[in-house]
Amino acid sequence: MQLKKHKKIKHALTAATCTLLGVDATDSIAEEGDWAFDSAVLYYSEVDRVDAVEPVISATRDFGDEKLLNIKLVFDVLTGASANGATPSDQPQTFTRPSGKGAYTSSAEETPLDDTFKDTRIALSSQWEQPINRDYKTGFGVNFSTEYDYTSFSANGNLSRDFNKSNTTLSAGLSLAYDTISPEGDIPIAFSSMAIDSGQDDFRTEFNATRGDGEDTKDTVDLVFGLTQVVDKNTVMQLSYSFSDVNGYLTDPFKIVSVVDNNGRPVDYLYEKRPDSRNKQSLFWQAKHHFKSDVVDFSYRYFWDDWGITSHTVDLRYRWKLGRKSYLEPHIRYYDQSEADFYHRFLNEGDSLPDHASADYRLGDLNGITVGVKYGVALANEQELSLRLEYYLQSNDNTEGALPGILNDVDLYPDVEAIIFQLSYNF
Amino acid sequence: MELKLTVCFLPVVLLLSGCSSLGVEPWERSTLAKPEMQLISDPVSSGLDDHIYFSKEGSSGGRGFAGGGCGCN
Repeated sequence: MQLKKHKKIKHALTAATCTLLGVDATDSIAEEGDWAFDSAVLYYSEVDRVDAVEPVISATRDFGDEKLLNIKLVFDVLTGASANGATPSDQPQTFTRPSGKGAYTSSAEETPLDDTFKDTRIALSSQWEQPINRDYKTGFGVNFSTEYDYTSFSANGNLSRDFNKSNTTLSAGLSLAYDTISPEGDIPIAFSSMAIDSGQDDFRTEFNATRGDGEDTKDTVDLVFGLTQVVDKNTVMQLSYSFSDVNGYLTDPFKIVSVVDNNGRPVDYLYEKRPDSRNKQSLFWQAKHHFKSDVVDFSYRYFWDDWGITSHTVDLRYRWKLGRKSYLEPHIRYYDQSEADFYHRFLNEGDSLPDHASADYRLGDLNGITVGVKYGVALANEQELSLRLEYYLQSNDNTEGALPGILNDVDLYPDVEAIIFQLSYNF
Repeated sequence: MELKLTVCFLPVVLLLSGCSSLGVEPWERSTLAKPEMQLISDPVSSGLDDHIYFSKEGSSGGRGFAGGGCGCN
């Protein structure tokens, strides 16, 4: 048992000085020659909107000499309704389903939700890490995910070098991704008017006139540069800079923008249009400190992109050791984002069309707060069980200024509330 | 050319020399070696969280790569 413990510390040491790029990093601490498994089931539920169940299994094998292989499989089952971008009205509104087959209706004064939201996603990833020599380490990985209308491939590599008795680690990582979207009913032509079936004979022709290609793609190049520093025997911190360049189809084919008249009533629904490139950057800082028995984990991220979004994210966890075998970890996260330059909650009738427009609330001025707690307990044979319960509240702010007519009497920026529950078992 | 190289590498050299006064000896790492002291101590949960926030917010990445590999955003 004592030998096993020492082995575990050795592997933890390896992990401590290992490259810190990507959450798929092989941080699991396997015994040499054995597989170690981390499994979890996440349940995510929004009030009146999306429900998701996500089981995960992650297996790590230690091949000795700090060579680690990790394989991870994630399932994601989504059901529910998602805001389509249209404004509420004082009358019921009817929208054509993205497939063109059938329609859905939202009641007066309700946020229009597309209730056809349903998908199953499978993601498989694999990561290999190994030292090159005493100071250098490298890692490679591949990821593949597929869902009904979306496929993604990516490959990544990283290199790190230790300095100062392995107290300082500099690392660099590169990831290339290629995604394909092929929505049912094809890709809508940006800014075309949604055809609504009101019994006319040529509805199908009208609908087809709003459709473009059957599929489109996007390419992503991600670069991450990191500095990890051991400060003292109880404190470690990390600073990283990330750069991401995305090119291709970045529009959401399921989102629309309402065109409203002087009274705020909708006269048209246009399929949204986003730029075909996006450049994202972020600075991330994390510090972890071990008190006598508890651990505090703090991180801050500053994010900015060329769509005009800037955001601040603060995350704080406190691992409160309850006894020899269990802990309680309260968690709070605060997120604040400014809106994209082309975010418009609605467009006004008669105004010339902007170059791009989206009413997707996720590109608006918003903030989110997460509060939660995790309870973990060590079981026999180095197994661990943990439960996590969190509450997430997202609120959007009005940046449109004066609103026309009835839009003053409806909730244009409803909150999104979600419960996150997770059961994890490591063995 | 030499000046350019010096200017380029000066911040790195300063950073590393600044960092060199920090740190511990190898035999002082028992606390840092604990699983709960790893910067990503629960990679499965971190991955799930990244997926949630990637699909609900306009930002992604920071800790790792920003790409999401899903049609949720």
